[in-house]
Amino acid sequence: MYDIASIYQAVSVADAIRALEADPSALVIAGGTDVLIKIREGKLAGCRLVSIHELGEELSGVTQAPNGDIEIGPLTTFRGVTFSKIIRGNIPVLGEATDQAGGPQLRAAGTIGGNVCNGITSADSASTLMALDAVLRVRGPRGEREVPISQWYKGVGKVDLAPYELLVKIVIPRDNYEGYAGHYIKYAQRSAMDIATLGVSCLVKLSGDKKVVEDAALAFGVAGPVPMRATSAEAAVRGLPVEQAVTAIGKAALEDVNPRTSWRASKEFRIQLVEELSGRALAEAARRGGAAI
Amino acid sequence: MEVGRELFRVDAVDKVTGRAKYTDDIRDGPMLSAKILHSTIANGWVKRIDTSAAQAMPGVVKVLTCFDVPDIQYPTPGHPWSVEKAHQDVCDRKLLNRRVRIYGDDIAAVVAEDPITAQRALERIRVEYEEYPPVLTPEAAMAPGTEPIHTEHPDNILAHMDLRTPMPESDFQSVEDVLACPAYHRFQGRYATQQVQHCHLENPISYAYMEGGRITVVTSTQIPHIVRRVIGQALGIGWGQIRVIKPYIGGGFGNKQEVLYEPLNAWLTTQVGGRCVKLDISREETFQNTRSRHPIAFDVEAAVDGDGFLMARSCRAVSNQGGYASHGNAIVANAITGFRQLYLDRIGHHSEAFTVYTNIPSPGAMRGYGIPQANFALECMMEDIAREMGLDPIEFRLQNAMPLGYVDPFNGITCQSTGLAECVAKGREFIRWDELRARYQDQTGPVRRGVGMAVFSYKTGVYPISLETASARLILNQDGTVQLQLGATEIGQGGDTVFSQMAAQAVGIPTEDVHIVSTQDTDVAPFDTGAYASRQTYVTGHAIKQAGEQLRGRILSYAREMLPEAGALDLRGRDIVDADTGEALLPLSQLAMTAFYSLEHSVHITAEATSHVKNNTFSFGCCFAEVEVDIPVGKVKVLRIVNVHDSGRLINPKLAEAQVHGGMSMGIGYALSEEMKLDPKTGRLLNGNLLDYKLPTAMDHPELTALFVETDDPSGPFGNKALGEPPAIPVAPAIRNAVLHATGVAVNELPMNPQRLVEAFQKGGLI
Repeated sequence: MYDIASIYQAVSVADAIRALEADPSALVIAGGTDVLIKIREGKLAGCRLVSIHELGEELSGVTQAPNGDIEIGPLTTFRGVTFSKIIRGNIPVLGEATDQAGGPQLRAAGTIGGNVCNGITSADSASTLMALDAVLRVRGPRGEREVPISQWYKGVGKVDLAPYELLVKIVIPRDNYEGYAGHYIKYAQRSAMDIATLGVSCLVKLSGDKKVVEDAALAFGVAGPVPMRATSAEAAVRGLPVEQAVTAIGKAALEDVNPRTSWRASKEFRIQLVEELSGRALAEAARRGGAAI
Repeated sequence: MEVGRELFRVDAVDKVTGRAKYTDDIRDGPMLSAKILHSTIANGWVKRIDTSAAQAMPGVVKVLTCFDVPDIQYPTPGHPWSVEKAHQDVCDRKLLNRRVRIYGDDIAAVVAEDPITAQRALERIRVEYEEYPPVLTPEAAMAPGTEPIHTEHPDNILAHMDLRTPMPESDFQSVEDVLACPAYHRFQGRYATQQVQHCHLENPISYAYMEGGRITVVTSTQIPHIVRRVIGQALGIGWGQIRVIKPYIGGGFGNKQEVLYEPLNAWLTTQVGGRCVKLDISREETFQNTRSRHPIAFDVEAAVDGDGFLMARSCRAVSNQGGYASHGNAIVANAITGFRQLYLDRIGHHSEAFTVYTNIPSPGAMRGYGIPQANFALECMMEDIAREMGLDPIEFRLQNAMPLGYVDPFNGITCQSTGLAECVAKGREFIRWDELRARYQDQTGPVRRGVGMAVFSYKTGVYPISLETASARLILNQDGTVQLQLGATEIGQGGDTVFSQMAAQAVGIPTEDVHIVSTQDTDVAPFDTGAYASRQTYVTGHAIKQAGEQLRGRILSYAREMLPEAGALDLRGRDIVDADTGEALLPLSQLAMTAFYSLEHSVHITAEATSHVKNNTFSFGCCFAEVEVDIPVGKVKVLRIVNVHDSGRLINPKLAEAQVHGGMSMGIGYALSEEMKLDPKTGRLLNGNLLDYKLPTAMDHPELTALFVETDDPSGPFGNKALGEPPAIPVAPAIRNAVLHATGVAVNELPMNPQRLVEAFQKGGLI
């Protein structure tokens, strides 16, 4: 039994926004894999819900725009992202990241939009979307606006989304994925059904001879209160031969992060992981990009 | 032969199709919901509780607090009643407690029309506390001036034992003198284990109602007859006033060898006019408020001669008992005993144990009963000694291991059969020990491999520490099949299947013709203390064998009446046969019909027997593991793992294999990831859920291999001995020793989780 005061089943995006405007304290529920857990824990007990679960026609699916941008409907499940031909063909690293959330049941119910909107640092899709510089398209009563993901996270569990706004598209601009190879490492204690102790996503663009890092994007989950980019590490490896970059990126990344000690893991342990896994993520991304290392 | 057949479980189809009924499936009438208010301090007193707002809520039937409960302290462990006062369990808690001893202690309860109303009412109860600092370690609890957690134990020490084996033919005065003797290699070590939980699928759940002035409690338990007794003790009423029903249960592993919430639930129904009250404990409450495996720290020493023989050992174990005694000192007592028994000390052995009250969630029985802890300390120690002295770790173990005929100097338990050396030989071959030990020597690089092993011994049942009694009832049906009724319980381990096979074997009929009554109802089920101590196939097995032989005798004597002219008779399969020729003379079904309905001599053929077992015997086995260690990130991957067991004759080899798989899985979690973590400031459990408590998933397991060496134990009813708990025992030290082989780093504390390994590898200079 869940302690839910009311639930409104929206019939369209416009209808959902109207309902949220009428009741700004209501919460949006999509796949329910976060909201129901919080209700059970008591954190959201007695809440009122607006369900967008049935809005798949408007909000689900992965498409490629004529300009090559890839657009992901926020109601697309983790599984839907992973098995999308467009994602597999163009940004396999994102599908690999969404394939590591929870277990099979969760991936069939949980959505990428929920993963982005709950604003948590351990979200499995978040670090890869950060590395890809995704753009989030948000719709409210007065129309749409676009938020670069670098501006999206406002604090623990807080994102740039008003109570009456809905995320309607996650856009990956063509320039941000074309020519890049990527790799995501979810470091957790278990091989499934776990949250990341550290998430590392690395994208790399290699020179024509595959020997030099022309550009790299490195992003972390759980290295701070929100998902983050390691910009000084990225700058440090740009233009370096691949092997040198792999050796250098870990130490450089330590300039970017400031992890804390919690009962889940010590600061020192997290730092060791940042250093070690940055290099591993870059090495594997480069390997996928054709580098012989 | 029915014993030894690889039959499917008798409950397999019902369980797979969802037809098997568990506690929550049974009741279809109306039920009230109860929920418990847990304290938000770990140590102190409830000064006042204001329940008025909760009581005023619509749908709330009753709010009861620690000021309302009977002033009776009662015990909770699932031990048999002892007729000797000194051996009775510690009575140290009430149904709800004013004296708060753990974070989350039970201080009030709400009974409401539905669970959401009950939950909302809990949030309206206001509590005032007098708070003391939480005391989380035995060292802090034993420090002078610490507030006693129980006034009966002013120093917080529940029990202290000091045992020295007799040293009649020795020139040494004490074990300490042997340890100090310069002629021997002296080893000293300290090993510590963590608090872990069983994580059975089904949380504790019960419902209780009154009928005819008596209380019925339907509950998920391993020990229905003991639950009935403890409810009687806790409520101060006659034990016959209580009826306990145990349906199928979703696992127990020792947690349900404890009387958890049944007494509270029984009392709650009496407070609401006998209406049915359901008490469904959440996973979070299960972690916080039910039992777990004791964290135990071991300080050990050994003296070893130049030929690698153990001359003497000492073992000092300190066990953290948490807020309530539960099984109390029995567990650490078993730990130091198991530590001593597995190897011979040529001169002597000294063991000391403390069980100390603290404010951590109270540990109790969990698969292995102190031996997983002791075996970790012991098998780390043996490995470390072998390494220090340059001995072969396997030979070193085998040359010191308990021999056939060993008799324990304190309790008299005798080694009546042993296949330990054969087990080790099998495991060694399976893992390709000799090849891999050599290949994995002197590795470099961030990822390294290793192989390790550990051996164990484990007794069968609780004799002579406690009573061992069991009874069985067999009833012949009209069609020649039989009904088997027991007080012994099926808890997922396959008990019902092997009991049916044993009955079939003893009567002389196919197992398919034995219908076991799986549910225990204390109004009708024969007496048996239940599922624990790996005892049922041994102790209950004797009762089944006796009852089966009785029934067989009665059938044959009725057959003689029907076939007065025939030669010697026997019962084979479904027929009465000529014992010499095997010729079928009379179908058993025809005999049964005649016995039921004969106008000359009608008799209901039944048999009932009690076995009071005054014997015990040791099981043995080993684990071999091959691991790969990713040093910079502290990850251990178990590549291959095998347990080899000598549990005597196997009643059902397929089920035995499954039992071993489950235990190995628990061992892997114990070794690498599982640990209950407490906030050092408040004593609150931080990871009391299955996300943050790192129970390994299917993805974290390699293929599990179970092998057996079948000895024929003279004391077992069918040559069998303990198998229930042992599979969980040797896995953690085997993995630890494999990590040591791979990296050269000895980790002496469990679990070997990534952070602990990274810290150890940094300290060891590998990172």
